Amino acid sequence: MRGTITRREFSKVLISGIAGTALGVFGGAGRAFGASRQVVVVGGGFGGATTAKYLKKLDPSISVTLVEPKAAYVTCPFSNWVLGGLKTMSEITVTYSHLSAGYGITVIAESAKSIDALASTVTLGSGRVLHYDRLVVSPGIDFKWGAVEGYSRSIAESMMPHAYQAGTQTELLRKQLLDMKDGGTVLICPPANPFRCPPGPYERASLIAHYLKERKPRSKIIILDAKEKFSKQALFSKGWAALYPGMIEWRGSTAGGKVLRVDPVAMSVMTEPGEVRADVINVIPPQRAGQIAVDAGLADAGGWCPVNPLSFESTIHPGIHVIGDACYAGPMPKSGFVASSQGKVAAAAIVRLLRGQDPVPPSLVNTCYSLIGPGYGISVAGVYRLSSEGIAEVPGSGGLTPIDADAEFLEQEAMFARAWYRNIVADIWG
Amino acid sequence: MPLTNKHLLTVCFITVSALMATTSPALAGKISRTGSSAKVSPRGQMLALSCSGCHGPDGKSAGIIPSIYGKSTEYLETALREFKSGVRASTVMGRHAKGYSDEDIHLIAEYFGALGKKTR
Repeated sequence: MRGTITRREFSKVLISGIAGTALGVFGGAGRAFGASRQVVVVGGGFGGATTAKYLKKLDPSISVTLVEPKAAYVTCPFSNWVLGGLKTMSEITVTYSHLSAGYGITVIAESAKSIDALASTVTLGSGRVLHYDRLVVSPGIDFKWGAVEGYSRSIAESMMPHAYQAGTQTELLRKQLLDMKDGGTVLICPPANPFRCPPGPYERASLIAHYLKERKPRSKIIILDAKEKFSKQALFSKGWAALYPGMIEWRGSTAGGKVLRVDPVAMSVMTEPGEVRADVINVIPPQRAGQIAVDAGLADAGGWCPVNPLSFESTIHPGIHVIGDACYAGPMPKSGFVASSQGKVAAAAIVRLLRGQDPVPPSLVNTCYSLIGPGYGISVAGVYRLSSEGIAEVPGSGGLTPIDADAEFLEQEAMFARAWYRNIVADIWG
Repeated sequence: MPLTNKHLLTVCFITVSALMATTSPALAGKISRTGSSAKVSPRGQMLALSCSGCHGPDGKSAGIIPSIYGKSTEYLETALREFKSGVRASTVMGRHAKGYSDEDIHLIAEYFGALGKKTR
């Protein structure tokens, strides 16, 4: 049934494209079809860097400017491997040199301060103003500071790191783990859905457990969860029982997991059954679209940005595409891989829109590996299409590592995880 | 059934190549371009964009994930169909291949088959 809808949709787009070409009319796709083809991309993460690169790969005649304040970007994927001692920070750090030298992308190492959707301009931190014909906003997440009583940006930077934007936060949490005594307690406090990288907190628990098992085996990890269930739960639970028996305890929201407030001085977390003291406390606060998207009026009351799933163009401000964690994308999880897949779809759509053509219906994908131990990997896959209800998973496709997967299968997944990282980084920044 | 998908695709190839010839002259330089060939199907290109996330840029893989680049259309089409049916064992490819129709698989295979030939 869904296949039929997709084909019909496809045919409709094709027919309109054919009609437009035959008549020499390019009105259907709307905006800014002309000589000037300036695309500005705000944010050089998985979504933004992919869009910038694929715009150039698909049509090198488009002028592409990438605005990203960080000269070196630390990827969130594989930052849990650093926490577990399996990777170094430099191994998960990328730069923009190949995007500028190899692809002719103008990379501006500044932050974008504001967007004027009516004037089609972006103002940078220095005051410089960039004009765009189309803008791509890929700002990732920001935190809802104040959502967790007692927690703030300064507490995150000093006492209780979130480590959910990789970089100095990753280093701080790693240092706290290294400094912790054997027999210590680590708390991980994940938020309710939706949030970035749904399996992230549980891979984190796994790889911290790997480190503790080797170096501080009397220690314990408690996950105080705002949810009743979590991503890949059965697979994680099975892996924890196999590799780290007794070391990781997960408490669901109604079983004492709900965080009422945190106390950075006492190093404790208040839950409904009482206070939980710990040596290392990792609070992952609730999230929303990155600040610049909110400031530009691209987000709705829910904190994320509504988009047309055909092109990821904002339904609030035409001419601005929002991709990655910041947008609503139906059943697609907020993962780096998804942001990159959306970036390719947005780039392909922008190339066609700038030529006065309708976008091709999107084909989207997700592949996320989680490592439970160095030789024990699991994965989730998803293939997504446009349906009459927006982005939808293709029925019968995707899904998780089988729960009865044998040791060889799990080891292969761990090896594929390493290869996956290498290839996706090359696909985006290489 | 006056107009089949195949007919539409054929028409589409022609219109796209005509447009590309006028709006996008040879600007490739040293950049490895994805689907800039005049014969590329926009639908095939869209589907094929998904592959490089795991298989590397243009399907050139650096590690143990197999490269797609340089493989023939026939090889890729057979492999994807076998992953989809389960005849070929896999960890994750079976889960992916089930997301694509036989027509999709043909377009993906054709895209990478042509990409390997063109730049080899």
